[in-house]
Amino acid sequence: MSAVREIPTPRETSDDAVPVLEVRDLERYFTTSGGVVRAVDGVSLTIGRGEVLGLVGESGSGKSTVGRCVVRLDEPTGGRIALKGTDITHLSRRALRPLRTDMHLVFQDPSSSLDPRMTTGQIVAEPLRLHRLVPKSGLRARVEELLGQVGLRPEHADRHPHELSGGQRQRISLARALSVAPDLLIADEPTSALDVSVQASVLNLLADLQRDRGFGCLFITHDLAAVEFLADRIAVMYLGRIVEEAPTAQLFAAPLHPYTQALLSAAPVPDPTTQRARERIVLHGDLPSPLSPPPGCHFHTRCPVAVDRCRTDVPELRELPGGRRVSCHLVDSGRPLDGRSPANSSPSGV
Amino acid sequence: MSTAPHASDAPGAPGAPVLSVRDLSVSFRSDTRTVHAVDSLSYDVAPGEVLAIVGESGCGKSVTSMAVMGLLPPTATVTGSVRLGGRELAGAAEKELEKVRGKDLAMIFQEPMTSLNPVLTVGRQIGEVLRRHQGLTRKEAREKAVELLALVGIPAPERRVAEYPHQLSGGMRQRVMIAIAVACDPAVLIADEPTTALDVTVQAGILEVLQSLRERLGTALVLITHDLGVVADAADRVLVMYAGRAVEQAPVDELFAAPRHPYTRGLLGAVLRPGQEGKRRLPEIPGLVPSLTAQPDACTFADRCTHADERCGAERPPLIPESGHRVACWHPVTEPAATPSAGHEEAAR
Repeated sequence: MSAVREIPTPRETSDDAVPVLEVRDLERYFTTSGGVVRAVDGVSLTIGRGEVLGLVGESGSGKSTVGRCVVRLDEPTGGRIALKGTDITHLSRRALRPLRTDMHLVFQDPSSSLDPRMTTGQIVAEPLRLHRLVPKSGLRARVEELLGQVGLRPEHADRHPHELSGGQRQRISLARALSVAPDLLIADEPTSALDVSVQASVLNLLADLQRDRGFGCLFITHDLAAVEFLADRIAVMYLGRIVEEAPTAQLFAAPLHPYTQALLSAAPVPDPTTQRARERIVLHGDLPSPLSPPPGCHFHTRCPVAVDRCRTDVPELRELPGGRRVSCHLVDSGRPLDGRSPANSSPSGV
Repeated sequence: MSTAPHASDAPGAPGAPVLSVRDLSVSFRSDTRTVHAVDSLSYDVAPGEVLAIVGESGCGKSVTSMAVMGLLPPTATVTGSVRLGGRELAGAAEKELEKVRGKDLAMIFQEPMTSLNPVLTVGRQIGEVLRRHQGLTRKEAREKAVELLALVGIPAPERRVAEYPHQLSGGMRQRVMIAIAVACDPAVLIADEPTTALDVTVQAGILEVLQSLRERLGTALVLITHDLGVVADAADRVLVMYAGRAVEQAPVDELFAAPRHPYTRGLLGAVLRPGQEGKRRLPEIPGLVPSLTAQPDACTFADRCTHADERCGAERPPLIPESGHRVACWHPVTEPAATPSAGHEEAAR
């Protein structure tokens, strides 16, 4: 993968220049009876202050494992994770505790991440109590304020999760996450379980909160339209590795990696005229087993343009001009692959 | 093909619908309340046609299809008529339904793993339908199973036919489900969120399979989905459901270009479109879906609708006219579609 950069030691540089999150060569290998699964295989990412990075991939790409490692719900087996310049890769739970106010995770399914026996008020107040951020007497007022910020009414504090709709529950998750005023929010498919109209309101809310509070965000999703709506930059994962990274507009306008191109062309556009006129790249075959990923480029078994070299040599994730990175032997100095001009391969077609 | 005279009709040809649902209502009674999941729903599907039934969670789209299949539990009260090729299915005896299900009328579900038997090979499971409905021998059934696996685009079908569901990926399992469903060349295939559990690159393949089946076998497809991208891709006609009722029904191009019901308009406005410039604010639909415990003489969307007046709260709007672009609204929107669609087409140039 890309060259290892030294993670600066804490307080060495001014606070603003230190990225909120810096991940270097992250590895998470699982040992199973069938062999070693390389769920995350050398992933490097950086999220600046107030920046939203979209991490996109299909099932089994390892995107959620990256998120779980970053908040240390999962132990990385290699690489480094720095939160605001502090290396947290191997910090003990106790040492990690004060840093828990700097990052928070929002899960996909709010009904399983909220304790059904607690009122929503207690759920939102819990981080405030644990971190002693607000005196006991001020808890209720702070909770009601937070509920207001996510578009709920004060009386919602006395309800239980089952009395709320899915969208309202996800708002509770967000209120809980924001209660500690984190510098980094990790959102793992926060809108995927929601209906279209509810999803719109939660995405609007996330965008508003992000703008007002200025937290950095790792937005993990399979939903390309949602990530385009929210993210400043997008990284695309395939079988444990990042295959392409680019500023959002550029990725949609001119995807370089054949997998990104297929992914963008496969997502149907909600407009019959446009959708039926599009050329769709249908990938053949399945995602290979992560137990025995193919040699060379992981994508070569399904790639419509693979050549011999792709079957043997692992492509490096190369830096390109314009803050882009791509890992493909066939991408030459930032020009898209021939025969797949961006006009007909990207759904935006811009 | 002998059992399916409909297949000779050209897709989309006018004439007798192959599936005709009239005033279908489904309610569930518990000790304390009655939930009206589906309220006087009617629709027709022509041979070879793809009708998409669209709506959000709880709108009744799945219950409708379970009612059509006769698969609802005894706690459900079903009224109305379901006619398949002239035969009445509503109220038919279970024995009669068993002869129809899997033969003339088949269904596939969202999660193939829960619909497949984990301890039988896929060949056995496909063959079961053929042996039951067509009286094939074990050997014949296996040969036909290999053919069917090839038809739904499974590579190396001779090998796959002997495998168990857990050996297949999610996309392959859904293809097996489709193979089982079309084994007896059904007149109508009901697909309930067939691609929702799948990745987009896999979804694209499944949508192509369904499309090719319609072209090759003339199967009519009732596609139940919440995904408006899938609708735009696959449907001929669209039925929009809200709170158990049909609120709009139209040919797919018309529905997207000029939605007339405020709910449809809200739904299309809220959907994310790739390529939308900048971070525009997504339009939201205020309020919540009403509880289904009452069958009010009113428009069920009135509480959330910006156009609503007294009449909307007092009288139930009928779905009119009889055919073509139908809408159940006292104040249907007449201007062409809001900007997103037009803006998007512009962006596509």
